[in-house]
Amino acid sequence: MSFVLWGSAAFLVLLVLAILLYILANGWESLSWEFLTQPPRDQMTKGGISTPLVGTIQLVIVSISFALPVGVATGLFFAEYSSGGIFTNGLRLAIRCLAGVPSVVFGLFGLSLFVVLMKFGSCLLSAGLTLACLALPLIVTASEQAFLAVPKEYRDGSYALGATKWQTIYKVVLPAAMPTIVTGAILSIGRVAGETAPIIFTGAAFFTPGFATSLFDEVMALPYHILVLATAGTHITETRPIQYGTVLVLLVLVLGVSFVGVYLRNRFRKTSRV
Amino acid sequence: MDVSISAKNVNLYYGDHHVLKDVSFDMNSKMVTALIGPSGCGKSSFLRCLNRMNDFIRGARVEADIRMRGKDIYARDTDVISLRRDVGMVFQKPNPFPMSIYDNVAYGPRLHGIRDKDKLDEIVETSIKGAALWDEVKDKLQASGLGLSGGQQQRLCIARAIATRPDVVLMDEPTSALDPLATAKIEELIRQLKESFTVVIVTHNMQQAARISDYTAFFLLGDLVEYGVTAEMFTNPKDKRTEDYITGRFG
Repeated sequence: MSFVLWGSAAFLVLLVLAILLYILANGWESLSWEFLTQPPRDQMTKGGISTPLVGTIQLVIVSISFALPVGVATGLFFAEYSSGGIFTNGLRLAIRCLAGVPSVVFGLFGLSLFVVLMKFGSCLLSAGLTLACLALPLIVTASEQAFLAVPKEYRDGSYALGATKWQTIYKVVLPAAMPTIVTGAILSIGRVAGETAPIIFTGAAFFTPGFATSLFDEVMALPYHILVLATAGTHITETRPIQYGTVLVLLVLVLGVSFVGVYLRNRFRKTSRV
Repeated sequence: MDVSISAKNVNLYYGDHHVLKDVSFDMNSKMVTALIGPSGCGKSSFLRCLNRMNDFIRGARVEADIRMRGKDIYARDTDVISLRRDVGMVFQKPNPFPMSIYDNVAYGPRLHGIRDKDKLDEIVETSIKGAALWDEVKDKLQASGLGLSGGQQQRLCIARAIATRPDVVLMDEPTSALDPLATAKIEELIRQLKESFTVVIVTHNMQQAARISDYTAFFLLGDLVEYGVTAEMFTNPKDKRTEDYITGRFG
């Protein structure tokens, strides 16, 4: 029996390694400082990926800026303030459903609401908000679990010293829940950075001459750039090395963010050790 | 004899369950009053009435006349926050916050508006000394409170409770989770604490009550069976049930 388990684990590890090594092998030659700092040129057969790289970072920042406060507040509501009535259960059901919605549906939703109805147009803001909707269920679930995991003894101790409910939450419960919330935020960054469908209709552009300088500019983005290079355009084979290079950069970005998140979480754990 | 807390006709209900039945007695100032009785008799519930921690239990209802400094703590206009500042509590399982030792002790004073660093330093030092913990932690005040041993954590919780300069310190079986050595240290500490505070302690351990308390209240199934000077109650109990409990006929 243990052979089957070991075998499955080994297969998984090999699969991941295979993907990583394949991308590394094919994309390595494209990597250079210029690749990261120069924008694409000559119909993307030459140059770099600075615009999509910066665009992805901007999209992540915008989406997390909305999703984190709203998600943590919702998680807090579930854990500390709700009384289990029909509103709470309905809300919880809605969040579960949201987690299962295909990302292209988010894209269409974002198009209808942010681009058209709210008249933001196709831009960084609309795309960022659409991605925020994607990230919300992850952050809400992580936050709620984090708050519920904080031991009752901490709250009792705080109340017995004369704290109000809100003081107890932001002085004791929130700091103690931080590691788990941070992990949830990191996971959602990883998800958001790699999504293509939600941003195609809402703000991602085939090409922009420069970086987005306002929330209402369009942006390029790494996942969309990969799609564009591989399927559209007239120089698909010539741009192949650049495609692999872009994929490699996106992978490194997502993995790097995850490592930072784990490092931070472990640092929080040292002082907030339960 | 100064009365610190006077309790009259205390009735507590958890839903329909009548947990405390018309309990009345006084707790004297700067004395240790022990609440003893078998499991489920209501002694911890009574303790929690004194700082209104029962307010957090859904379905709990208190009908009582409990007065501290002459004021009814269940009056409609009672400031519960300052009640809990003036009545400290130590729990059965040590529960220091996941913060530094310093921040744990400074938590209460900071809640109530003290920001000045020098003042906080002084309060922290006084309180930790008052909990007989200073020598062991004075060089590591920034270390996490969770890194201390069980007995040290409990003394840290005591320091935290007295940092708000309460009148009364409530203790709910403070040593039942500790080893005998740590227990002895805390019992010694309680003898010192009563010089400055009124102490009300719930204990499962009769010998402990006999060792450290001046007065004892014996609870049984929600009733206050007997209350009196500890020495007299243990040698000459007035009620047969008290005698039976003390001599171990039931527990």
